Amino acid sequence: MKHLLGIEGLGRADIESLLGRAEAHLHGGPDASHLLRGKVVANLFFEDSTRTRTSFEMAAHALGAEVLNWTTAGSSVSKGETLLDTVRNIEATGPVALVIRHRSSGAPHLAARHVRCAVINAGDGTHEHPSQALLDAFTLRRRWGGLDGRTVLIIGDILHSRVARSNLHCLKALGARVVLCGPPTLLPSGLESLGAEVTWRLDDVLPQADAVMCLRVQSERQSESFFPSSREFSRLFGLNAARAERLKPGALVLHPGPMNRGVEIAPSVADGPHSVILEQVAHGVAVRRAILEEVCR
Amino acid sequence: MSSRTTLLRRGRVIDPRHGVDGVRDVLVRDGLVAEVSETPLNVPDAQVVDAEGRWVLPGFIDLHVHLREPGEEGKETILTGCRSAVAGGFTAVVAMPNTKPVNDSVLVTEYVKAKAREADLCRVYVAGAITKGLQGEEMAEMGALVAAGCVCITDDGRPVMNAGLMRRALQYATQFDLPVMVHEEDLTLSGKGVMHEGHTSTRLGLIGIPPSAEVAMVARDLVLLEETRGRLHVAHVSCEGSVRLLREAKRRGLRVTAEATPHHFTLEDEAVGDYDTHARMNPPLRTRRDVEAVREALADGTIDAIATDHAPHGVLEKQVEFDKAWNGVVGLETALGLTLGAVREGALGLSRAVALLTDGPARAFGLPGGHLAVGAPADITVVEPDVEWTVDATRFFSRSRNTPFHGRRLTGRVAQTWVGGRLVFENGQMKESR
Ligand SMILES: [Zn+2]
Repeated sequence: MKHLLGIEGLGRADIESLLGRAEAHLHGGPDASHLLRGKVVANLFFEDSTRTRTSFEMAAHALGAEVLNWTTAGSSVSKGETLLDTVRNIEATGPVALVIRHRSSGAPHLAARHVRCAVINAGDGTHEHPSQALLDAFTLRRRWGGLDGRTVLIIGDILHSRVARSNLHCLKALGARVVLCGPPTLLPSGLESLGAEVTWRLDDVLPQADAVMCLRVQSERQSESFFPSSREFSRLFGLNAARAERLKPGALVLHPGPMNRGVEIAPSVADGPHSVILEQVAHGVAVRRAILEEVCR
Repeated sequence: MSSRTTLLRRGRVIDPRHGVDGVRDVLVRDGLVAEVSETPLNVPDAQVVDAEGRWVLPGFIDLHVHLREPGEEGKETILTGCRSAVAGGFTAVVAMPNTKPVNDSVLVTEYVKAKAREADLCRVYVAGAITKGLQGEEMAEMGALVAAGCVCITDDGRPVMNAGLMRRALQYATQFDLPVMVHEEDLTLSGKGVMHEGHTSTRLGLIGIPPSAEVAMVARDLVLLEETRGRLHVAHVSCEGSVRLLREAKRRGLRVTAEATPHHFTLEDEAVGDYDTHARMNPPLRTRRDVEAVREALADGTIDAIATDHAPHGVLEKQVEFDKAWNGVVGLETALGLTLGAVREGALGLSRAVALLTDGPARAFGLPGGHLAVGAPADITVVEPDVEWTVDATRFFSRSRNTPFHGRRLTGRVAQTWVGGRLVFENGQMKESR
């Protein structure tokens, strides 16, 4: 694959090959430090995300690449440079891949149409966050062996969530059943046609879930009147201790981070026996190594 | 105007206003239609144009174009806009007031008229603003604008959100019998939306604009129209809900007219594809069902006119992130081909399609032309109906290239455009010398 712009459109085989490669990286595997030796991977973060940027940076270093970190802070973007100007200028320095994080949905697609090197989407607006979905699937697969027939419940602000979209495509492709749950104002139309089941009755679906993924709730959504208050959101859609009691015994709890403890997830649940949240973080680097290896081949 | 006499011989004349559809000779003298004859005419002093196998139509009238001058001459000028118009078979256009500065004053109206006279290609009618600076706060000097020649008022590009102000504008306009053209969008419903709200916006993670943003405003303005007994013209109708309200309002005898654009009756929201900013427009492209509803409304008379909403933009406004791109598509040079596409697909009859480009717009704004009766201005569009061609945006006469139709195969091409009896465009070439 030339670019990784999203999970949509990838086949099961593509995804499984990436996950298989991540598995090799996780175990240490054969020394990979020569794979991108002498090459440059450019991190273009138009939106702050220390976690994702650091993870890509560690992955690139592990493959022997140099990393060029570029952020909007104090950059020419604040002086009116367009996205394409920036991307072309960075490309001129000769990187093998551009890792792009941007507030606008589709920004990496625009970039990919105008550069010759590989483009990796590190999160675009409210569209996709493919590396996150792959590491989530990786985490589930390591626990379960496979995702076929499993039910994954994703709770919260589906409308604005790139994690939800990428996970929906990824989990479906791997054979899981995906249920999206949140207040009706945050459940956009057309989710069913993407293959999801949709509901706002959390307590009905909770006991069916083999895994529950809580999404971060943005407090500004409250002022935009998508829901009345964080307190009400938490009461209706928060994964609190009482709800965690009703989970299947072996059910897994995920969160893409950063968490609002006490809003979408209770601290006791985030740190409790169901949680695989720290595994997710640990798996991020291995998955991103696999992605870089794939698109830089 | 030319004093030359021209005989357009043996073309298929389609003049919906007078129920004409058949082979005729059309004699043009002193800029006017002098005779339309079923039997061949013999006029020794006339320049003869062989129109056999071609259609001879009243010149097209576009009620909705953005010529960008004054202020954004890099995107379009009145001259390049007029070239684009006549290349598309349009002999008259109405220039929208959202220029820089806004046309809310006699000075700007006079400037546009002067530039149009200088371009000397097609007729340019001028629309004035409803509110000063399009700010939606204070009414512009409507009487002065009318006296300077404005044929309608509109804040196009923006709605008049203040219902009380809109009501008074409709009321006040009645003394001039002036159509008030409205861009129907409740901004509290469209919010930061950048495309139609539906399956595609969800898939792409783009903020959607629900149809209610348009329909709710159409409903409001029809209620105000009924009370004020003014004249309302609804711009670029995009969805089924609006069509339903308009149909009912017309049945009840309200003085409302409406237009639809070729892109709204041709494309669906899926045309956005993978963030193609050329498919970004306002109102947005909607669903198949909406396209069908608009087509039905074109066919049954609910919609009076095809208007292009010709909206030139430069590369800088389009080669950006989708949510940062500007709205709009250039439309003058593809309108005929797209309209004939709808005819070929059986959505409407040929005569009705011609009416939507000619008689319908002329009547909506009370403009001369739009028909070919003796004594009418000799504004004529000659069409080669069977010529297939491929849209090539790089060859547009417009200064801008923002179209989602680049590369599309169209059938039916403008062969000649006559304005006031003068040939201004022929076979892909401007005829600018007088
Ligand atoms: Zn417009």
